[in-house]
Amino acid sequence: MSNTLGTDTVVIGDRRQSQGATEAGVTAVTPASPRAAKPRRRGRGRLRLEIAVLAGPAIIVFVAFVIFPVALAAYYGFFKWHGYGPATDFVGLNNYKLILTDPAFHSVLWHNGAILVLSLLIQGPLSIFLALLLNQKIKGRSLIRVLIFVPYVISEVIVGTGFSLMLQSNGAFNDLLHNVGLGGLAADWLSDPNLALWTLMAIISWKYIGFAVILMLAGLQSIPEELFEAAQIDGASYWQIQRSITLPLLGPTIRIWAFLSIIGSLQLFDLVYIIWGQFVSGTAGTSTMAIYMVAQGRDAGNYGYGSAVAVVMFLISLIIALIYQRFILRRDLQGAVTEGAK
Amino acid sequence: MTTAAAPAAKAAKRRTPRGDAPQKWGNPGTYFIALILVAVCISPVLYIILGGFRTNSQITTSPAGLPSPWVISNYVNVLTSSTFWQEFGNSAIVGILTTIGTVILGVMVSFVLARYDFKFKGAIYSLFAAGLMFPMVIAITPLYIVIKDLGLVDNLFGVIIPQIAFSLPTTIIILVPFLKAIPNEIEEAASIDGASRLGFFFRMVVPLSLPGVVTVGILAFVGAWNNYILPLYILNSSATFTLPLGVQAFSSQYSADTAKILAFTSLSMLPALIFFSLFERRIVGGLTGAVKG
Repeated sequence: MSNTLGTDTVVIGDRRQSQGATEAGVTAVTPASPRAAKPRRRGRGRLRLEIAVLAGPAIIVFVAFVIFPVALAAYYGFFKWHGYGPATDFVGLNNYKLILTDPAFHSVLWHNGAILVLSLLIQGPLSIFLALLLNQKIKGRSLIRVLIFVPYVISEVIVGTGFSLMLQSNGAFNDLLHNVGLGGLAADWLSDPNLALWTLMAIISWKYIGFAVILMLAGLQSIPEELFEAAQIDGASYWQIQRSITLPLLGPTIRIWAFLSIIGSLQLFDLVYIIWGQFVSGTAGTSTMAIYMVAQGRDAGNYGYGSAVAVVMFLISLIIALIYQRFILRRDLQGAVTEGAK
Repeated sequence: MTTAAAPAAKAAKRRTPRGDAPQKWGNPGTYFIALILVAVCISPVLYIILGGFRTNSQITTSPAGLPSPWVISNYVNVLTSSTFWQEFGNSAIVGILTTIGTVILGVMVSFVLARYDFKFKGAIYSLFAAGLMFPMVIAITPLYIVIKDLGLVDNLFGVIIPQIAFSLPTTIIILVPFLKAIPNEIEEAASIDGASRLGFFFRMVVPLSLPGVVTVGILAFVGAWNNYILPLYILNSSATFTLPLGVQAFSSQYSADTAKILAFTSLSMLPALIFFSLFERRIVGGLTGAVKG
């Protein structure tokens, strides 16, 4: 995405002139287009007006509420500011120094990293395996697909509320373990610091595996069937076919999914906030950067510091996204998410 | 990417009824794993729904049990409380207006990006595509400041407008390929019949892109319905709470009344679930289409 950002950014020259040139070029290439049929009907002013009227509102809303806030965070990050009146208490890089030296931030960074890696390691192989399984012609396949997608559609707040009730030490999950004779495994899933992160990983996997499986299934279905037939005729076993044909051809899907998963892991907030709250999450070892941001910024009324945390999160996401796109997504970019840019 | 091979693949499928490749798998095993998967995915949801039909003493004595007897008083209580309906109404307003706004702005800008040729087209598309990388959580602190400066704190529009802005990237990425796929011949025919580009837009593009529009509409609705962090920042008084805030407020207010919390929770997830099951094919199709390009 941002790769195209670099290459597509056009030199801002004389807009009027170059637009005319583009238009002339288009008319020349596609002589059958309506503009060629009625050359210069109402002129270029009208074309520009249409573009402005149709694209303007979306661009304005997007810039004002997505791009501008991020820029604003960069500004407020340099101030000690409590959210009222103009920010005057300029502290330079002090907020950033505090963040980067705060042991609490180090631990949330560590948690985010663990969640990121574990999400990829757990959900990746599992979703590929399940997609291979569900790609077979079995009865009720479409119903199964709907049902495994249900957790993805339910809001994080409801998932969090439900699981925090279920996983209490006297909750339904431990009761179920007792009932099936596995009472020895019962544990304090939410507050034991040795377990809480794994509990969180289980809940995340539960919530998002359906999405991963659906993506992988779509990827599998775009692989031409002839390849499998040819391999079978050549005597390849089922697992050989999966390893040598399916996995490589599923590559683009896997890489896009991994990218979405990484971005999701970096901004994880709702689930942790609902289940552990901003205070317990620290001791349970599940707090994330976003939890830290909300606790230190909004709840402490320190919006300058909160903005600085947002900037740090933004930069971490941006750097990871750029590295990922540069080295891993590069070969897919043409055909993948940026298709429409061409 | 592989669309060219699709007809051939279909022909091949017809020739050899599938099931030859996975033969070694033994069908019972497949069904068994699929069954476990579905059970794992569904049982927490069933726990929430069924728990609402139990009493607190049932839940305390046997947390994992089934309702016996079934009681509907929890659901009746929630359904007759004004709090639930007020929050439901707020969520509905936010969801519907976000959907309408996202669809209108999204279709217009996608139409320009798909069918007009102008200098900054690629840059504008990339701008929106980059928005995918920076989700709401990262922008929430400064976003709150912007909303506060606009005087929209505690106002549903303070949630709706940013929600539209953050829905636009997905919308555009799904809709642009959709609008590009409308054949040029249709545009030419419309123009021969005397339609202007805008006439073409309203008479042909809007109806023809309806499936894509439904997909992005549902995604926008479910996203708005489920969003938590934006209302958490923007909406402070309980009169403006949406359901996710309501669920949380309810569960801390009635923390001893587990059954009622479960009833409230399951009622508040119902609309998104119904919406999803009605349009499941479109959502799944739209998502996979967007990823495959």
